[in-house]
Amino acid sequence: MNTDLSANTGGTDPKNAITFSNVTVHYDQLPALENISFSIPEGSFWGIIGPNGSGKSTLVKTALGLLTPSRGTVRTLGREPAALGSLRASIGYVPQYADLDFSFPLQVIDVVAMGLYGEIGLFHRVTRAHRKRAEEALRRVNMEEFADRQISALSGGQRQRVLIARALVIDPVLLILDEPTAALDPGSAEGLYGWINDLHDRNDMTLILVTHDVGVVSQYVDSIACLNRTLVAHGRPKDVLSGESLEQMYGCGAVLFGHGDVPHMVVKHGGDR
Amino acid sequence: MELFDHVFMQRALIEAVLIGGICAVIGVYVVLNGLSFIGAGISHSTFAGVALGLMVGIDPLWTALLFSTLVALSIGAVSERTNLKHDTSVGIFFAATMALGVMLIGLMDDYYVDVFSYLFGNILALTATDIWVSAIMAALVLGIVILLFKEFLALSFDAEVAAVMGLPVRKLHYLLLVLIAVTVVLSVKSVGVVLVSALIVTPAAAAFQLTVNFRRMMLLSVLFGIGSALSGLLISYYIDIPSGAGIVLIATVLFFLAWLLSPRRKRHAQP
Repeated sequence: MNTDLSANTGGTDPKNAITFSNVTVHYDQLPALENISFSIPEGSFWGIIGPNGSGKSTLVKTALGLLTPSRGTVRTLGREPAALGSLRASIGYVPQYADLDFSFPLQVIDVVAMGLYGEIGLFHRVTRAHRKRAEEALRRVNMEEFADRQISALSGGQRQRVLIARALVIDPVLLILDEPTAALDPGSAEGLYGWINDLHDRNDMTLILVTHDVGVVSQYVDSIACLNRTLVAHGRPKDVLSGESLEQMYGCGAVLFGHGDVPHMVVKHGGDR
Repeated sequence: MELFDHVFMQRALIEAVLIGGICAVIGVYVVLNGLSFIGAGISHSTFAGVALGLMVGIDPLWTALLFSTLVALSIGAVSERTNLKHDTSVGIFFAATMALGVMLIGLMDDYYVDVFSYLFGNILALTATDIWVSAIMAALVLGIVILLFKEFLALSFDAEVAAVMGLPVRKLHYLLLVLIAVTVVLSVKSVGVVLVSALIVTPAAAAFQLTVNFRRMMLLSVLFGIGSALSGLLISYYIDIPSGAGIVLIATVLFFLAWLLSPRRKRHAQP
């Protein structure tokens, strides 16, 4: 576990949860990401923003070792993603909701316990102790009374919380959420962001949130990285979203519109690949 | 009942339970992973393996086992290494292996009866060795499924997160393809090359209609599979039709009944 976050000097790799150095990733010959370099310090809360098809998911999948960069190096928790080994048991990943089939015959508790499969190991069975931990994870997402419910019978927001519980059950030091609000209406989305923020405040973890919902997210995150195939800008939200970066932000597909004191941003959809 | 006094009938009953059960177990994974067409591709490829065995003069079971396993692995590899979609690579293998089988059969002189029984199956003409081989292969498949129960479940529901957790999803996927191939081969003498994929898919699809619980789906699938195999056997005994056809038609009737009674369908139909 990360012990002293305040002592983060930003120097050596172990103090960064993820480091990208000149990373280029190709999808079927086409570059999905080009020459990305930045670091995410341990314990921080980052938003990865950019329009659809800008490479946000590609970036996190590369950090998780699901995709291999064609150039450059990635270090996740100090190691090459392909060589994470036992550190995988410290990483929680909530993939895009739409990629999963919720007609699958499973109960909520089974899905959450699945988060422990890596730790339990090949051939071993899920024990009562594991189910207890799964119940505990459900409590953390306020879904404990849904343990025996079928996943097909849940609302979009509830399904999302179940997937988050599955990622939390291992007490991750690094939690990556890919578009967690995609299936939610704006009100529920804002609620979930606030809840994720509380989660980060209460726990000693690095949290990475992939989203195109810049306005809401910039209230919570420590830093944002703005992607549009290249890294357009990164840093603290108020710096990135300030005047100088504004032009760059257009390159990231974001449009700034003022209402009130807080600058609100949305990211234009489209440009999909 | 005098029916059960015949040795061939006793064998057939054992075999019906074996293949009905094991096809239904593998079928659950085939249905939930969307591998139905791959299952059909693998089962048709068995024909070339059978033809090869008949031609060379060794038990077609072994050549079929070798050939289908190779085809299962090849379908996986081609889908992985090219930008072709799964169904395209299956479509190519499907036709190519059938063509190969037909060609090999064409090169032989005296083939008709044997080939027909492998195409459509004859559960009433099994030897004691056939039963033993089926039983051993079924036990092997079942054993692997039980050992890797949670791994196959994670692979089926969310392969990406399974990979992030460090499960060997690629190996598990290939292993599942091989298990499909073995299941196909052990059933092929009874149900036939053409129909075996239906015995894999249909009971599981019927079970899927009736439950939203994984273990219950497995149990129902096995009940439907064994039930179809036993009733199909009796039908083929009494009215002398190929056993594979009887078994698959019963399974299909069960599927439609399940679909009519399905809570899923009712929920789906709601506005």
